[in-house]
Parts: sequence; C-alpha cells; structure tokens
Amino acid sequence: MQSIIEDGLRWLMADMPEDRTLRDEKSLRFFLALCSRDQNSRSHALENISRALDAWVDGYGSPQEAVYHNNHHDARIQPLDRKPLVKELLPDLLRFSIYCPFEDVRSKCGALLLDLQERGLKIPRRVGRGPSRFIPENEIVPVDTDDEETQMLFVDAFLQNNRLEHIVQVMGYHPKYLDSFLKTQQYILRGDGPLPYDYRHYIAIMASARHQCSYLINLHKTEFLLCGGEETWLKGLDHIPQKLRDLYEIIKILAHRPWLISKNHIEKLTRGNDNWSLAEVMHALIIIAHFHAMCSFVYGCGIHPEIDEENGHTFRPSSSSDSEDNHSSSNSHSGSPTSTDAAAGIEALMERMKQLNETGEEPTQEEMLARFQKVESQSLELEAGKSQLSPKASILCYVEDPSFGYEDFAMRGAVQEIPTFRAQDFSWEDQGYSLANRLYSDIGTLLDDKFNTAYNLTYFTMGPNTDVDTSSFRRAIWNYIHCMYGIRHDDYNYGEVNHLLERYLKSYVKTVTCYPERVSKKDYDNFMRGFKHSEKVHVNLMLLEAKMQAELLYSLRALTRYMT
Amino acid sequence: MHTVIEAPINAISTNKDASQVVVAGRNVFRVFSIEDDAFVERCNLRVGKNLNLNFSAADVTWNPVEDHLLASAATNGAVVTWNLNKPSRSKQELVFNEHKRTVNRVCFHSTEANLLLSGSQDGFMKLFDLRKKEVNCTFSGQSESVRDVQFCPHHYFQFAAAYENGNLQLWDLRRPDKWEKMFTAHSGPAFTLDWHPDDKNWIASAGRDRSIKIWEISHKPRLLHTVQTIASVARVKWRPSRKYHISSCSLLVDHNVNVWDIRRPYIPFASFEEHRDVVTGIMWKNDPYVFLSGSKDCTVYQHMFKDAVRPADRANPIGIDTNVNGDLGLAFSDKLLVAGKSQTGSSMLPHFFRSKGPDRSEQFTMASSSAVIFESVDKSTGLEWFIECATRYQLSGKSVEDLCDHNAAVAGSLNKHQVAQTWRILKLLYGGNTATPCPPRTVSVIGSPAVGEAHKAESEKVNLKQQLDGHLVQDHNRSTHTDGENKDTGDTSTAVSEDESDAESSLSLTNIASGQVNQQGDFFFGDGELETFDYPVTMANMDSMQDWTLPTEAIPLRHEIQDRLDSPDPLQNATDSPSSANESEFSSQAFGNAENATPMYNLQAIPFASQNPPWEFSHLVCDMLEYFAEQGDVQTSVSVLIILGNKMKTPVEDQKQEQWFMAYLELLTRFRLWGIANEVIKLSSHRAVASLNQQSTTVHTNCNKCFKPLTRAGWLCDRCKALTSTCSICHLPVKGLFAWCQGCSHGGHLEHLREWLMTHKHCPTGCGHICEYT
Repeated sequence: MQSIIEDGLRWLMADMPEDRTLRDEKSLRFFLALCSRDQNSRSHALENISRALDAWVDGYGSPQEAVYHNNHHDARIQPLDRKPLVKELLPDLLRFSIYCPFEDVRSKCGALLLDLQERGLKIPRRVGRGPSRFIPENEIVPVDTDDEETQMLFVDAFLQNNRLEHIVQVMGYHPKYLDSFLKTQQYILRGDGPLPYDYRHYIAIMASARHQCSYLINLHKTEFLLCGGEETWLKGLDHIPQKLRDLYEIIKILAHRPWLISKNHIEKLTRGNDNWSLAEVMHALIIIAHFHAMCSFVYGCGIHPEIDEENGHTFRPSSSSDSEDNHSSSNSHSGSPTSTDAAAGIEALMERMKQLNETGEEPTQEEMLARFQKVESQSLELEAGKSQLSPKASILCYVEDPSFGYEDFAMRGAVQEIPTFRAQDFSWEDQGYSLANRLYSDIGTLLDDKFNTAYNLTYFTMGPNTDVDTSSFRRAIWNYIHCMYGIRHDDYNYGEVNHLLERYLKSYVKTVTCYPERVSKKDYDNFMRGFKHSEKVHVNLMLLEAKMQAELLYSLRALTRYMT
Repeated sequence: MHTVIEAPINAISTNKDASQVVVAGRNVFRVFSIEDDAFVERCNLRVGKNLNLNFSAADVTWNPVEDHLLASAATNGAVVTWNLNKPSRSKQELVFNEHKRTVNRVCFHSTEANLLLSGSQDGFMKLFDLRKKEVNCTFSGQSESVRDVQFCPHHYFQFAAAYENGNLQLWDLRRPDKWEKMFTAHSGPAFTLDWHPDDKNWIASAGRDRSIKIWEISHKPRLLHTVQTIASVARVKWRPSRKYHISSCSLLVDHNVNVWDIRRPYIPFASFEEHRDVVTGIMWKNDPYVFLSGSKDCTVYQHMFKDAVRPADRANPIGIDTNVNGDLGLAFSDKLLVAGKSQTGSSMLPHFFRSKGPDRSEQFTMASSSAVIFESVDKSTGLEWFIECATRYQLSGKSVEDLCDHNAAVAGSLNKHQVAQTWRILKLLYGGNTATPCPPRTVSVIGSPAVGEAHKAESEKVNLKQQLDGHLVQDHNRSTHTDGENKDTGDTSTAVSEDESDAESSLSLTNIASGQVNQQGDFFFGDGELETFDYPVTMANMDSMQDWTLPTEAIPLRHEIQDRLDSPDPLQNATDSPSSANESEFSSQAFGNAENATPMYNLQAIPFASQNPPWEFSHLVCDMLEYFAEQGDVQTSVSVLIILGNKMKTPVEDQKQEQWFMAYLELLTRFRLWGIANEVIKLSSHRAVASLNQQSTTVHTNCNKCFKPLTRAGWLCDRCKALTSTCSICHLPVKGLFAWCQGCSHGGHLEHLREWLMTHKHCPTGCGHICEYT
C-alpha cells in the first residue's frame, strides 16, 4: 500500500509544473478577503490566513517527521514539499506588510512573515525601496499619511484594486487629481460598459506591451485572471480571438503615431462577422489611450515593480546591490533645493515667465507658424539617443511589429496627406466630449473632469517660491506634448515653449511621451532642477493627460469621420 | 438652392436686407449675393500674398447697420474687420490682437455701427470702437471661457454672454466691472445663445448637455421651456415672426437643421435634411419661410420652409408596453379613438391620463392623446399556480385514476379548469386499462378496482359514436331529470347487487355527464366526441365557460362505487360476459332513445364494453399533450406523460418528450422546486431524462489545508501535494471511515483510534486534549 501512495504522489508531483509562471485563481484570491473597509471582517480574514498558512507550513496533525519515524522501513518516501504554495504567497504577504493603508493588516502581515521566518522559511525581500526608483522613499506620501483626504483615497484605491499600487502612492502628492483618476480608471475597467471585463484587461495588456511596460502588464495579467479570463490568451497574441486581434493595428498606431489613424481603421473593425460595435470601439479606444498614457507615467516616475511581481522581490539575502541602490538614491538628492545652480534655474524661469507677461509686441502670424514648425522640428534634435532596449520575450508575445515606433511628426513622409491637427476644429471640450459621452455614457464627464483637473492643477508654487502663477508654464508643457503629436493650437504662441522649457525638460518630456521605455534616472534628475518631487510628478501627470487627450482626439476624429 | 465651396464652413452671416451672405471657414472667406436661383460670388476676401491665420475665421458677422462692414474672429485670437468698399483687392481693414486665446464669437451692436463685441476662450469680452480703432472696455468672465456673446436687440446697453461652465451672464455696457445677472443655464458648456427677436425678456441658450433652454429674464431668470435634442447643440436661432419657433443645429452626429416649437419639445416641428455633415451656421432671411445654412460639408443651402420634413407626421401615434405584472399601458391619439373603440377582456382601470395639448394657434391642429393602463385581473397570470400544481400534483404511488382524480382536483382548485377537465378525461380513458392489454379481458377488467371507469368509458364511447348528436340534444331535458333519479337509483342499487349498482350508476353518471355537457353548449364529456370534434376547439369552448363546474355530484358518487368495487367475485362477472355480446348493440341503440336509463340495460353495457374492440384514442391524447406543450404548459404534458407511462399506445416522439421534460425541469429549478424536479426525473421513462440525476453524483471533500476540492482522490490534495487525512496513529491516509474527535479535530482510522483510546485518555497526536470515544 505504501508503494501505491508513493507512486501516486510521485505522479502527482510530476504532473505539476515545477516553476509555475502563472498562479491559479485561488492563489490570487487568497488575500482578497483583506480588502474590506470593515475592520472586523479584516481581522477575521487575517485569522483565516494565518491559520491556513500554519496548516501549510506545519502540516496537519502531529509533526511531520513522525511519518518517517513510524515507517522507517520505507525510507524512500521523501518529505513532501508543501512549501511552494506558501512560497507563492509570501510576496503578497510582504506587499501587504508594507503597502496597505490599513495599519492592522500591515502589522499582522509583518508579524506573520517574521513568524514564518522563525519556522525556517526563506522570506523574500523587496527589490528597491519605495514605490519609485527616482524618488526617495522618505519623500513619497507614506501609506499612513496624515492627510485625511489622501488617506481616504488610498483606502479607496486599495479596495478597488485589492492593492495599493505604487502608481497610486506616487500620485498621492496630488489628491485632487488622484480622486478623478481613480474614478475614471474604476469606471473604464470595472464599471458599466459595452466590453466584457476580460477584454478590458487584455486590451490594457496589449496597450502596455507596446511600450514594454511590464509593470502594467503584470498588474493586468492578474486582473485578467481574476475576471475569469482564459489562461491561454496570456500566452500571446496568437491565442486570442480574432476580434481582439483586429484591434491591434489601432493599438500600434495610437501608441506611436496617432496621426495615422483614419476612418478606414474604424471601418475595418466595424465591418464583418465578428465585428465591433461603435460603443465597443469607443470603450476600447479609451482604454488604449489610458494605458498608453499610463505607460508614460510609470516610466516617467520610475515606478518600481509591485512586490508580488516577478522582479519586485528577491529571496536572496540583502547584498551589495541593495546598498548600492540606497547609495544612489541618497546620492542624487535632486529634490533638495540646496544647489545654487538649481535655485538660479527657477529664478530664471520665473523671470522669463514675467517677461512673457510683459512683452507687448505681438509676433506676426508668419512668425507664429514658423515658431510652431520650429518647435516641432526642434524636438527632432532632442532625439533620445539611447540604445533601444530589446524587449523581453514575456512582453514580446503581446507585441506585433515591434520595430514600429514613434517617428517625429515633422518628419512624417507626406506632409500634404497628413495635415496638422487643428485643435480648434476638433476639440475635446466640444466634439470629443459629446461623441464620447454619446457612445459610452458618463465617460465624457469623467474624462473631462480628469483633463481639467490635470490642466488646471496648481499650488502656485515653484520649488521654494510660493504665489507663482504657473499657468503659462503649464500651458507650455501641455501644448508642447500636443505639438509632438502634430496637434496645433492656433491661439498659442509656440515661441513660449522655447522660452520657458529648458532643454533638459524638453528632452525629458519628449522621451517620456514618445519613448517612455528609455527614461533613465539621469533624465529625471536633470530636468527642472530645484523643483520638488511633487512638482515633477505634477509634470508627469500633465504628460499623462496631454498624451491621452492627443490620442483620444485623433481617434475620436477618425470615429466622427467614420460616422459621417 | 445651394452652392459648393472648396472648404468646410465655420460660420455664415447675412447683411441687413439678407441679399448677401458671407461664408467663412479655416480655408474659405467669400461673399455671395443671393439671386433668385443661385448664389453668385461677389468677392473673395481670402486673397493676398500671405494668407495667415487672420484669414481663417471661427466666426463671422455682418454689420447690421453698415452694409460694407464685416468682422471675423480668428482662431488665433485676432479680431479682424473687413471693409467691402475698400478699393484695393484686400479688404482687410483692422486687426485687433487683444485676446490671448481663440475668439469664439464676434457681434456688432444692433444699432451702433461702430461697436463690436468679442468673446474669447481666455475669459474676456472686449468692446471695440471701430472709430477709435481700440478697445473701449473689457469685461472679465472670471477666467471662464466665453463661448458666445450677443447684443440685446431691444436694449441699447445690454448684452448676454454664455460660458464654458454653463453659466449665462447679462451685462450692461456701462458697468464693465461686474455682470448684472448671472445664472447657471447648463450642465457643461453653453455653446450658444440667442435673444428673442420680439419678446424682450426671452433668451434661448443651448449647450453640450443636449438641451435648448428658453429663459425669462425680466426679474429673476426663470426657465420657461426645455427642448431635448439628440446631440450637443452648436447654434440656435429664433425663427422670425414666429414666437414659439426656434431653429437649431448640432455639433456632431446630427446633420439636420431642426426647427422646434418650444411648446412641443419632444419632436421637431420641421427639419431640413439636406446637409451631409454638421451644420455650423443658420441665418434667417428676415422671412419666416426662408433661411440659409452653412455646413462642414462645404455647402451653403437656402432652405424654403415648404421643403421641410415634418417628423411629427411620421411619428407613431400609438405606444404600448407591458410591465412584469402583465399590466398593459397604451397611449394613443384621440383621433384614433373615434375610429373604433375596442375593449379587451380584461378590466379597464379608471386610470385615464388625458394630456391636454397646449393651446395652438398656428399650424398646429388640436391634438390630444390618452393613456390607458389595463391591469390584469386574472390572478393566474402570476405563476403561483405553477408552483402549486408542481407541489400538489401526485405523479406516482397510486392507481392512474386516483392520480388523475387528485390532479384534477388540484387543477380545479386553482381555476385551471381546462387542465382539470383533461385529467378527468384521461381518467376515463386510461383508468381501467391498467390490466387489460388484450381483448379477452372481461375477467380481469371487472376484477380490477377501476372497472367502473373502463365500462363507463367504453360504453360511452360506443354510445356517442353510434348516436347522432341530435339524440343527445334531445336528451337535454331528460338528463337533468335523470340526474336526480340516478342518484336515487345509485343509492338503492347498492342494496340490490354490487355488480348491478356498479354498472348502472356508472352509466347513469355518464348520462349525467354527457347530458350536462350538452346543456353547457355542445361540449361533450367523454371521448366519442374526440373523433367528431376538433380537440382544441372543445378546449376553447371550455375556456369560455368560466364558471363551468363539473357535475360535482358525480365525483363523490364514483368514489363510493369504487370502494365497493373491490369486493365482487370475478367469476360471477365472467359468466355474464359472453352472453351479452348481442345485447350490447341494442343497449347502445336504446340508450339514446330511452326516456329513462334502466338499471337493466345499463347492466348489459358491461359485457359490451369488454367485448368491443378498443377504440384507438391515444393519438388524440398525443395531440392533446402537444397542444398543451404548444400553449406553454409543459407541466400538464409532462405530468400526463409520467402518469400514463407506457400506457400510451402511440408514444410521443422521443425527442419531443425530452424537450418537454427538459423545459419542465428548467422551470422547476427556476422556482427552486428541486425536490419535485428530482421526482420528475426519477419518474421519467425517458432514458436521457432519467439518467439526469445519475450524473455527477460525486461530492468532493475539500482539502483540510487549502480547502480545494479533492478531485483526484479523497486523500490526496493536488495543490498542497499532500495527503489530506492521515491517521494520527499510523500516519497513513485514511481511505474509509475517518474517526475524529470533535474536541480537538484529530483522528484517524476507526480501528486505530478505538485501540488507542482503550488504553489512553489523551489524543494520540499529543495535543493534550482528552478525547472521548463512545
């Protein structure tokens, strides 16, 4: 009988993949009970979790070794390793012990981890400190922030996503924006909408893959599985339904050269057997634009992978690399306005802004046009010349035609064929909003709110200076991003862009917008020296929104043209 | 009448007497004169060496006083004036670069030729004096973008502004520091506004929230009318000399120009469908029947009002809907009501909504409509009966006729008379046949408890077959008469002989039944008619007889008889049977003619019945079952199928049976009648159905560590890769009985534990619990 059991077990073990790249839904849901506003149910859930872990680690009944004592005549049976399961959950546990807005969960999870360590388990350690590579942990809004509004938003985000994402924590600098951001994201991913839930997350994966953003891909892989999505889809684009594949062309174009999108693309989608309805297209377009823009933010702020992601934690004991990490973060203290040259930079900028308001002479129209073209072509010089990263295979499976990338709008082949997009002819406030709201109710209002918050957000500060009217500076950034996508605001003097945005800032903005995957810490440290981290995050938020709006404008215009 | 221009149009404007029109867009700026049948180009303003943005207009306006003066708003924030009288080729006169952002609207003062007002995205409105060539004064909208400004045509100093945040402001030219009145008109941006040409206090506004609103602004601004449109509204313009008419065009999606009567806000009064892209400008030609429109599709149209499409004419005058309770709502134009008033069977509740049409003075005909709500009185439209039937029906365990009786009573009590009747018929048809598969069945027939039914049924069949309907009709009077009489005989006959009473009363009962049925308008109780009558028709008849009650007297009587039937000696009957073969004919003949059914001939009906070749009725039953199924009452069909089982000679198609069963089971599960569903499955003779509850009878136990169901074996968890329930003593998996202590949850093989606890008090695992084994 012994041998039968043994055989059975061996077979069973052989049957299970040794390193499971995908966790099954049960394992993903293991901690979900923690996500509750009610403290009682949280503590109940914590109890269950600790009990289950206990059982796994120590086995059930008498100590495990007893088996082998009693049956020493059959020494072939090896101790069963129940630990992979526990091991699989440890990163989650670690995550909850650090990034959870609830104090009780944090402390209990921390205690559990210590407990497990005492019992001889290897405990993982997070890679990197804090949510962002660029911003030292102690300057980020802490999870237990004193600011009530922010804290509430963190709790909301935690309940929505079952985790406090690093993105959210970084955005915590700007609670006003975070609020509308969370509302919108919740609505497009989990609210009422024409697309099925698994589609939404899969589209998010495809969109993020275009910018090789493994952070977002991993997040949405998890969500995709939790929505009951089919595991085979995650193997890559070859395993998904044709309907989703059809969308890929648009995803590709929008990611890099949105001006190429035309009504033919929409027509292709809406024709045929398994076609898309207009409402579905609308929903998909919004998800695509949202996640393309999110990629920029993730890279722009150097978001660390979540702890439970593959490279978010390590089981190696802390070594030199860790201290190096520490070292570098403390070394480049870009946030401190100590360096005089940084302070001077701000002074100069403020001076220039003042000048701008005072100058009376108006440039001629020709000059304006020339300036737009100058800004447009100048951005050419700011080529982020860093070597292109070769994407990993795990991402590559969601990418088709990986060589397709951003090409400067000014360099586009046929200038006549693709004219400059005139913001006055198709604006978000007028046409965009109405169309979006028509096809996908309420989204217009949410996006409108989000755009406006991002555009109008200001604390009247600049580095250490207060009471500064930053509107011209903000507008310059916003329009510069639109300019890179060939969107021209007739009523804007593009000379201001060159006047106000220094070279490093422009290069940073361009890199983050067009080649987000190439952003390095150096870029981040170099731009806007002397500004606070929160202000740099603010710039990134504007980047996110301006990019999203640009993509949406192009795609909505295509949609309108298709409809007329 | 229209003309095509090379580029999309952003705005149009006409001169004072509407003989000329200026058309402006990003790449177009021309003046046309309007001839009788064509637009003739008078001049092109977009000329010059460098065509910069000043030549691209977002808005254009013609001076209402001076015929040679034009003003345009450029997207770059410039306000440009044009003088048509200028001798040079370029007519551009003045350029004001005062605004920082796009200028959304320019507007000349209605009487003062030299005053020009502009509203811009940067939140300022500026009043230009063309004589001084400078800004006269600036009005600040508190950093909210201005979407539209319009001078009041009635009041020299007043103008109104519409804002991106949905506000409307009224200003006085003499007070540039603060607005006079402000109110929120729209949620979301207000795109346009227009003063009423006649009524001084009316102003119309429209915006992104897809509504046109009419305001009364004399004291406190008051909302008078709201028109809901299907898309964001780009422009509104009052129709001249029609107080209640306003024209509108949409920002996107809708390419029509709609003219609304604001008192009827749901459907446009007239619409003009010529344009292929969104309309950007509307100008009335000082004449309520002609107007011009410019569109992004690069065309300018002159519309005549008689060309309009009247959407109201095409609207459906009747609306109908039902709610979940089966109530019916119906709205219809009163014009239709005159034509023919039809009532349905259900009661009409006194809910009359008479929407009174507003007073119409112009082209409107008086229209009014009514809304009616019919409320279903029939309680059986609910599905309570279904549940009741399902739970109370008996499907097995008794003889067929008992079951039929029971079910008939159930159906009857729920007012399902048709179904009840069906059961009774089935009882007749099948009640006695349980043990009579072949012709020489006299002995067994009579021996069986159901003999009464068999006789009755068969004899009646013969009777009805052989008698003309007329006979039965003649019987009307008699049968009521016999009714009472037979009761008597029934009583007395019990004393005479059990056999006699049985046969006689059963026959008399049929008389009662058939007679009564005849009284109730040609309905025949029994089966003979099944041949002569279309089955559904009889059913329908019965439906109509709401308070038709079965001869209730018959039922209890019959039961009495049945009770007594158990005793008769089969041999006695057996001797009777051969002799009566001939008499049977007579009896059936005599039956119709006889004034009184005598016990004697009734008695002879028994042998006849048993000898008569069985009448083939099962295909009729099949038809009936199908009829019920078609009507959506699979319950009856399935119940009958179950009860009859294989007694049906021509069975219903296998596939059909399965469908019915499945449908019924589905319904039962919907109502959570799991037990009944299971019973139905069990009783089903259909193989596919019967095997339903034999699939997946496995209940998996869960792993005691990760709670995952143990699918592979009861003692091995795939996930934990561990044995689940190991014995605490031998540490081998327990595959059979697992005895465990309820106190400490430890346990193992029953035998082991028993042994252990014989000698020990404590738990074998050493957890310290003192286990008890009993």
